[in-house]
Amino acid sequence: MADTSRQQTRRAHGAAGAIVLSGVHKWYGEFHVLRDINLTVKDGEKIVICGPSGSGKSTLIRCINRLEEHQQGQIIVDGTELTSDLRNIDRIRAEVGMVFQSFNLFPHLTILDNLCLAPVWVKKRSRAEAEKTARMYLERVKIPEQALKYPGQLSGGQQQRVAIARALCMNPNIMLFDEPTSALDPEMIKEVLDVMIELANSGMTMMCVTHEMAFARSVADRVIFMDRGEIVEMAPPEEFFANPKSDRTKHFLSQILNH
Amino acid sequence: MTATTNRQAPGPLVTPPAKPNLLYRPEFRQAVYQVLLVVCLIFAFWTIANNVADNLARQNIASGFGFWNRTSGFDISQSLIEYSNQSTYGRAFWAGLLNTLLVAALGIVFATIIGFLVGIGRLSTNWLISRICGAYVEILRNLPLLLQLFFWYFAVLKNLPGPRQSISLPGGLSLNVRGLYLPAPIAGPGFDYVLAALGLGIVLSIAVAIWARARQRATGERFPVLWTTLALVLLLPGAVYIALGQPLSFQYPVLRGFNFQGGVAVQPELIALVVGLSTYTASFIAEIVRAGIAGVPRGQREAANALGLSSGLTMRLVILPQALRIIIPPLTSQYLNLTKNSSLAVAIGYPDFVSVFTGTVLNQTGQAVEVILLTMLVFLTISLITSAFMNWFNKHIALVER
Ligand SMILES: Nc1ncnc2c1ncn2[C@@H]1O[C@H](COP(=O)(O)OP(=O)(O)OP(=O)(O)O)[C@@H](O)[C@H]1O
Ligand SMILES: [Mg+2]
Repeated sequence: MADTSRQQTRRAHGAAGAIVLSGVHKWYGEFHVLRDINLTVKDGEKIVICGPSGSGKSTLIRCINRLEEHQQGQIIVDGTELTSDLRNIDRIRAEVGMVFQSFNLFPHLTILDNLCLAPVWVKKRSRAEAEKTARMYLERVKIPEQALKYPGQLSGGQQQRVAIARALCMNPNIMLFDEPTSALDPEMIKEVLDVMIELANSGMTMMCVTHEMAFARSVADRVIFMDRGEIVEMAPPEEFFANPKSDRTKHFLSQILNH
Repeated sequence: MTATTNRQAPGPLVTPPAKPNLLYRPEFRQAVYQVLLVVCLIFAFWTIANNVADNLARQNIASGFGFWNRTSGFDISQSLIEYSNQSTYGRAFWAGLLNTLLVAALGIVFATIIGFLVGIGRLSTNWLISRICGAYVEILRNLPLLLQLFFWYFAVLKNLPGPRQSISLPGGLSLNVRGLYLPAPIAGPGFDYVLAALGLGIVLSIAVAIWARARQRATGERFPVLWTTLALVLLLPGAVYIALGQPLSFQYPVLRGFNFQGGVAVQPELIALVVGLSTYTASFIAEIVRAGIAGVPRGQREAANALGLSSGLTMRLVILPQALRIIIPPLTSQYLNLTKNSSLAVAIGYPDFVSVFTGTVLNQTGQAVEVILLTMLVFLTISLITSAFMNWFNKHIALVER
C-alpha cells in the first residue's frame, strides 16, 4: 500500500509522526493547568492518558493541535514547532486528526459531505477523489451504507465512527482522541474501540485520553497518569497496572478498577 | 379484584369494546368546539357590521368603494408612478403603496447588510472592532425610532447647506438641504445593445459559476469565479459601450436660480426614512446574528479548526449555515417590524401608504371602514408574503434530524 512507503520515508526523516513536548506550562488566567510537561512520543507510538476530572488531560492534547495555546515551553509536532506562526498551525492541523467526546459532526451536512469538506477545501482534492477516499474509510469503520444520511439520523456509536473516518480522510500522521467513548452507551463503546484498535494496529501515532483500561492494556505502549496539571506517572501498561509507584496513581486506579 | 381478572380473561366473559358514546369521542368534541367558535365569530362580526352600517346610514355617509375612481384633488410630493392632483383615489392608493414598498425594500436590504456586518464584527477578536459594533448596537436599539428619524431628518438632512453651497460628492452627485441629486442617465441610440451585453454577461457568469462548481467537484481546482463575474458583468457591456461610441449621456443636475434642475432628485424625507429605519433595525439584526452564531456549539468551530479549515472557511462553511437556522425566524419578524415602522414616515412628511391613503384619502372621503379595511389587508398581504418566503427559505435550510 502507498501508506507503508510513506511511513518508511517518514521514518527516514526522523521527526515526522512524532510529538515532543518540553517544559510546557499553561495557565488559564491565574489557574496553572499544565505544569512542566515533558513528553516524547515516537512515530507510531500509542499513548493513553488518564487521570481525575479537571487534571488537564484535555488541555494537554488540545495544545498539540493548537486548539489551546501554551504559554511556556516547546511543542514540536511532526518536525514543526508550534508557534503563533499561522502557517505552522495550518501545517500541523492538516497532519493531526482529532476525535472529540461529543463527536462534533457537522449536522447540516451529509456523512459524505462531512468527510469530504476538509479534503476538498483544505487539501484541494477533487470531489471525486475525496469521495472515493471517504467511502473507503466509511467501509473501514463499517458503515458504508450511511453515506447519504445526516448525522442526526445515526446512533452515537455510528457518529463517533464517522468522526474517526472524517479525521482519517485528511490522511493524518497523528491521531488525538479526547474521551471518545465517554458519551456512548455501553453496547456502542465496543464498536468504537474496535475501530481504534484496528487503527492502532495499522501503525498510526495515537494519543488517547480514556478511562477504558482494557483498551489501554491491549493497545498502549505507555500509559500516563495526570493529576493537577502534572504527569505523575508514565509507564508501559503492564508495569503501570501491576505496580504503580505513586500513591495518587494507586488511589486513582483503585477507584476506576473497582467499578 | 375478581371483577378485574374476569374482564382481562379471554373468552365470552369479556365485554366487547363498545363504541364510546359520541360525546366522549375526541374527534366529535373537537368538531363541536370548532363549529361553536365559528358561529360565535360570525355572530360577532355580523353584529359589528350591522351596527356600523346603521350608524353610517344615520349620518348619511355612503359606503362602498365608489370613491375609488373619483378625482383626489391632492398632490403627493414624490411618487414612482405618474400622479397629479387630477388623478383618482385609486391611483393615490397605488402611489402610496409603491412608496411604502420602496422604503421597505431598501430598508430591508441595508438593514440586513449592516446587521450582519455589525453582528459578526461584535464577535471579532479585534478589540476595537468589537467595541465599536457593541456601541453601535447599544446606542441605536435603545433610542426611540421616532427620535432617530427626527435626528436624521431635522438634525442632519435639514441642516445641510442650501443648493448654492451644495456638497459635491464623487460621480456628479450633490447633496443639499433639498435632497440628493443624481445624474439622470439618458439612453442614446444603440444603448439597447449595451443592455443586451450586460444581460449576456450576467447569463455567462451564471454559466461560469455552474461550470466552476462542477469542475471543483471533478478536479478540486478552484476557479476565480468572483473575478470572472466582475469582468463579464462590467467589462463586456463596457466594451460594447465604448465600441458604440458611448451611447449614454448623463443629464447632470445644474444649479438654476435657487434650485437644481435636471437629474434625479431623491428627497431628504426618503433618505432620512431609509437611513433611520435601516440603521435602527440593523441594531436588532446584529444582536440576532450574534446570538445565532453564539448558538452554534463551540465544538463545531473546534472540529472545523482541527481539520485545518481557516477561520474564514469555518465561518462560511460550518458556522453561518447552522447559525442561519437560528437567525431566520427572528430576522423575519424584524423585516415585518421594519415594514410596519415605515408608517412613521408621516412624522417627517414622506408620502408612504399610511400617510397618503389612511391619512389624506380617509380624511377627504370619510370612508373610514373601507379605508381601514383596505389598509389592514395591504399590511397583512405584505407581511404574509414576507413570512411565506422566509418560511420557505428556513425549511430549505432546515436540519435533517432522525
Ligand atoms: N477555557 C477555560 N478557562 C478556564 N479554565 C478552564 C478552561 N478550560 C478548562 N479549564 C480548567 O482547566 C482544568 C483542566 O481542564 P481539562 O478539561 O483539561 O480537564 P480534564 O482532565 O480533561 O477533565 P475531564 O476528565 O473532566 O475532561 C479544569 O479545572 C478546568 O476547569
Ligand atoms: Mg476532558
